[in-house]
Amino acid sequence: MKTKLLLTLLASIVIASCATVATSPKAPSDAEVTAALKASFKETASAKIDRLDQSELQRACSVASETGKDLDPKVREALQAKSLASVKYPADGKYLGDWKRGEAIAQSGRGLQFSDAPGAAAGGNCYACHQVDKAEISHGNIGPTLWNYGKLRGNSEAIVKYTWARVWNSHAFNACANMPRFGDAGILTEAQIKDVMALLLDPESPVNK
Amino acid sequence: MKYKFATFVVAIATLPAASMLGAQQDAQKEIERYRQLLADGNPAELVEMRGEALWKEKRGPKNASLEQCDLGLGAGKLEGAYAQLPRYFADVDRVMDAESRIVHCQIALQGFSKDELSKRPYSLTQGERQTDHEALTAYVVGLSRGAKVALPQAHPKEKESYLRGEKMFFFKGGPYDFACATCHGVDGQRIRLQDLPNFQKADNAQRAFTTWPAYRVSQGAVRTMQWRLYDCFRQQRFPELAFLSPASVDLITYMGVKAQGGTMDSPAIKR
Ligand code: HEC
Ligand code: HEC
Repeated sequence: MKTKLLLTLLASIVIASCATVATSPKAPSDAEVTAALKASFKETASAKIDRLDQSELQRACSVASETGKDLDPKVREALQAKSLASVKYPADGKYLGDWKRGEAIAQSGRGLQFSDAPGAAAGGNCYACHQVDKAEISHGNIGPTLWNYGKLRGNSEAIVKYTWARVWNSHAFNACANMPRFGDAGILTEAQIKDVMALLLDPESPVNK
Repeated sequence: MKYKFATFVVAIATLPAASMLGAQQDAQKEIERYRQLLADGNPAELVEMRGEALWKEKRGPKNASLEQCDLGLGAGKLEGAYAQLPRYFADVDRVMDAESRIVHCQIALQGFSKDELSKRPYSLTQGERQTDHEALTAYVVGLSRGAKVALPQAHPKEKESYLRGEKMFFFKGGPYDFACATCHGVDGQRIRLQDLPNFQKADNAQRAFTTWPAYRVSQGAVRTMQWRLYDCFRQQRFPELAFLSPASVDLITYMGVKAQGGTMDSPAIKR
């Protein structure tokens, strides 16, 4: 009688655990997610599948935003130092180009989409995320306002170099900043970055009026 | 409704010029005005009607209609079905979104080939006739108006689809380091003047999920959720999203679960 009870008990445990095996989902591994993503896209001439291979920073920042947990301070420091080291300052020592061309670059959202021709010139799309010149009312708010940027900060060497590095690789100052690496990722050329620099820092730019 | 629609067509003709001038705010105001004007009429209704005719017509190599299609609630039961998709289908042993299931039925019941149906799922140019896929999807979603979003999550594959979708939503990649969450993870964010839903908030997620597919005024066409993701991934600078891809199904599952309890109101009218 006791053994019978035990057997029934055992059997029900086995059944119960089988049932949990059958109904409990498995948490997907990062590798599975990357594989599912890779199986979901088609390459084009300008956008290859390797865009889905995450860098160390992209992976760390994805986890941080998914879990809502800040990066480990040591990891953060290392990622920022690496990002700062990626910055290439202009060889001729000239940081400011033409603010008028800079305005056009800040307005343009073109470039690097799968539908673009390889190597086609890209814009900076600064207005998508920032207020820049107040006269443009169609601007986003993902980044802080850049209105009066130069007027408020001046153009000391420190500010000029900081701004250059910000635009080149924003992760140098905040590892997971939601601003593209315009220089490091090859989105804008050095000459184009000089032009947006002028838009922000040239006293003649409407941004500083 | 027909009378109202005619007014809409006349009014809309002036819109593209306005948006080309970058007068987006004006355009936005105009759209609000048309919304009022239309009240209960919507150009998508014409597309829905064509979708209904297509659904019931005997077509394809098997000369059959789609009337026996099972969208999850049983063969031929369409009312409310879209509001419970994506879901697990035992006959294919995987999770499918509404658009994948419609295509599945076209293959299984009518004998069309997947390649044929995937060649050109979205209409391209302004004013071009909507594709059969867009019309069929508009018809199906229209039959869920007023239904509560209720994606089943009991099957492990449904839950796994959600969990993968969640990871994909936060997956940063590509030359811009963007994830869906970059643009859709914070309250009150805007790109230019477009408000961006924050999918971590139920009301935001519901508003977004329950209004797709939508008639997009700026494109003069009904667009589906698969198209919405295709276009967001383009802005994300990822490669070209394949129609009905596993990632699209997982992301739709994720957004649908975030929107549980919302009331379907699609096809809606959008910018
Ligand atoms: C996708 C959105 C996005 C785009 C596009 C973008 N930025 Fe940013 N930007 C940000 C965010 C977010 C920050 C704040 C970063 C942080 O949290 O550290 C920022 C910060 C900055 C800063 C530092 C501001 C300060 O007060 O120190 C500068 C300068 C800047 N951006 C310039 C630009 C320029 C120039 C462009 C166009 C070439 C541009 N940004 C495009 C999102 C963007
Ligand atoms: C670079 C920014 C950006 C990224 C990244 C992005 N989106 Fe979007 N998304 C937008 C914009 C802008 C709109 C609004 C478009 C409009 O109003 O025309 C939008 C709209 C949407 C909508 C419709 C919302 C509504 O209420 O109509 C959904 C759903 C959506 N996105 C999902 C996603 C998903 C899922 C991803 C990741 C695959 C993603 N988006 C990535 C910018 C982005």
